[in-house]
Amino acid sequence: MRHRQSGFGLGCTIFGILAILPLIPGPLQGPFAKHVLVMVLLFASMSQAWNLLGGYCGQVSFGHSVFFGIGAYGAGMAVVKYGLTPWPGALLGAIIASIVSLVISYPCFRLKGHYFAIATFAIVEIFNRLFMVWYWVGGALGLDYPIIEEGWRNFMWYETKTPYYYGAFALFVLVFSTARWIERHRIGYYMRAVRDGQEAAESLGVNSPQVKLTAMAISAFLAALCGAFFVQYNLRVDPPMVMSLDMSMRFVLITILGGLGTLWGPLLGAAVLIPLQEYTRAIWGGLGGGVDLIIFGLLIIVIVIRQPRGLMGFVSWVVGHRARARGRG
Amino acid sequence: MTLFLQIALDGILNGMLYAIVALGLTLIWGVMDVINFAHGEFLMIAMYVSYWLGFLMNIDPLVSWVASSVFVFLLAFVTYKLMVSHLVGKPALSALLATFGLSMFLKNLCLNRFSPNFKLLPVTVLSGKTIPVGSLILSLPQLVIAVFSLAVIFIVYRFIASTRMGWAIQATAMDKEAAELMGIDTEKIYGLVFGLGGACVGIAGGLLPTYMPVHPEVGSLFGLIAFICVAMGGFGSITGSLFASLLVGLVEAFAGFYIAPIFKYVAVFALYLVIVMLKPKGLFGW
Repeated sequence: MRHRQSGFGLGCTIFGILAILPLIPGPLQGPFAKHVLVMVLLFASMSQAWNLLGGYCGQVSFGHSVFFGIGAYGAGMAVVKYGLTPWPGALLGAIIASIVSLVISYPCFRLKGHYFAIATFAIVEIFNRLFMVWYWVGGALGLDYPIIEEGWRNFMWYETKTPYYYGAFALFVLVFSTARWIERHRIGYYMRAVRDGQEAAESLGVNSPQVKLTAMAISAFLAALCGAFFVQYNLRVDPPMVMSLDMSMRFVLITILGGLGTLWGPLLGAAVLIPLQEYTRAIWGGLGGGVDLIIFGLLIIVIVIRQPRGLMGFVSWVVGHRARARGRG
Repeated sequence: MTLFLQIALDGILNGMLYAIVALGLTLIWGVMDVINFAHGEFLMIAMYVSYWLGFLMNIDPLVSWVASSVFVFLLAFVTYKLMVSHLVGKPALSALLATFGLSMFLKNLCLNRFSPNFKLLPVTVLSGKTIPVGSLILSLPQLVIAVFSLAVIFIVYRFIASTRMGWAIQATAMDKEAAELMGIDTEKIYGLVFGLGGACVGIAGGLLPTYMPVHPEVGSLFGLIAFICVAMGGFGSITGSLFASLLVGLVEAFAGFYIAPIFKYVAVFALYLVIVMLKPKGLFGW
């Protein structure tokens, strides 16, 4: 019970700090710094959505950019094709993403290890090509947003990034609260049981296909909401932008870097990787030589080799060390 | 009918190219249980080696494939020593992500050094040559790669099946600890297998610039197709990946012609999904 309370306090503290971050004067006020903060919160949320399935339930999917993309296209279609606000599109996109995820994963969950991973690669490529030639959703040209009235109704701002920050923050709170609720709920224990030993879990009466499918549906739903935010932030969407292996890889990398199957790992991973990516891009990307990605690739290698448990492993080591020191004192 | 046969022929020749690329991946996957995400980039590096030898020193790819395969062997060996050796036996995801980082690094290094432009060796012994067979047309560069591919697959197969080193590789693949207890230096075996996997793809890459332009993104699709072939064939099965590669080549050629060019890879990936749904361990998996 005590443990539960302290975890809750930590969550509220982090939410509180993030809520007042744009109000702090200083280096965080510039538009580029705001952009980086928005991206950190968006990718932390997206990686957490992936983490629900990949980290807690142990099903490593490289197909999440498909659900991200469906959400993006949901919002995009509502605005561009039907002239509506993006909200119903985002919701519909999330529901469709959940349904698609169930249809895809029902057969795929029979596959194990690398076979499952490669199947999810294949699914990304299939969806990428299908959206490329599907003229109803804009084909290879994608959807370009019209210039319409800014505000929360259309979820669009042209002069300031602060509302986007709070939009991303709301998404972040939603996703992380869901993750925390799942972590403490019966389904969360089932998910971890399936991850740690599917046969053992089944022998104790856990319906493992149902657990995996539930995790998949929730994960895809949240991923699609993140995608809807992404398109509203970029004001355009095309298939390679959202449905690509590189995009899927980004969610996986952030989670692994932060700490697979941990609640705050995705935030930690995003807080390190996204600024790194954005600043290397801003400093070296303009030269046209891919220097940013050379450095990024090297960093991925070093991080994976040096810290396989992710930054959360490091944090828990430090916290444990301090607790031990206090115990002795 | 001629058209049908011509498409089938092209599919088979392309399939043989996939087979030699997939061979290296099969070895690495089968022995070390590591997915090498940078495999396609190894192919790209080999193509650049062959291209620059041809462009700067006028060496024909028919000769410079030796250089590119040795180069990629060394590159793969160094990759193993510096990266992969730390990751064998760790969760499968770590090696996949680290090699993904490597592929990003190599791809952008080549982009930075050699520009994103498509580069092709216009004048070589092979380029543009064709052999008419009845009413069919056989492209000579593709035929040469197919012959090399068959020869390399045969040699590697014999090497694994009937030399002492090959037996040591098999033993390491089956049970690392037991192999070590029998006095096999598994570290050396892993390094050799990773290098050998690179050398196979190096041969293919060395011959490719005769008909396929080199650019930094050329390896990505090959890498992905090679994963599909290997997984479709079944974990670590050389014959399996050969059959799967031919099947992939044929499906790609027919879907590209009879449906639409953009759907050729959709058909290939869908085929993979259908096959692993029916046989979750691949065609020749156990």
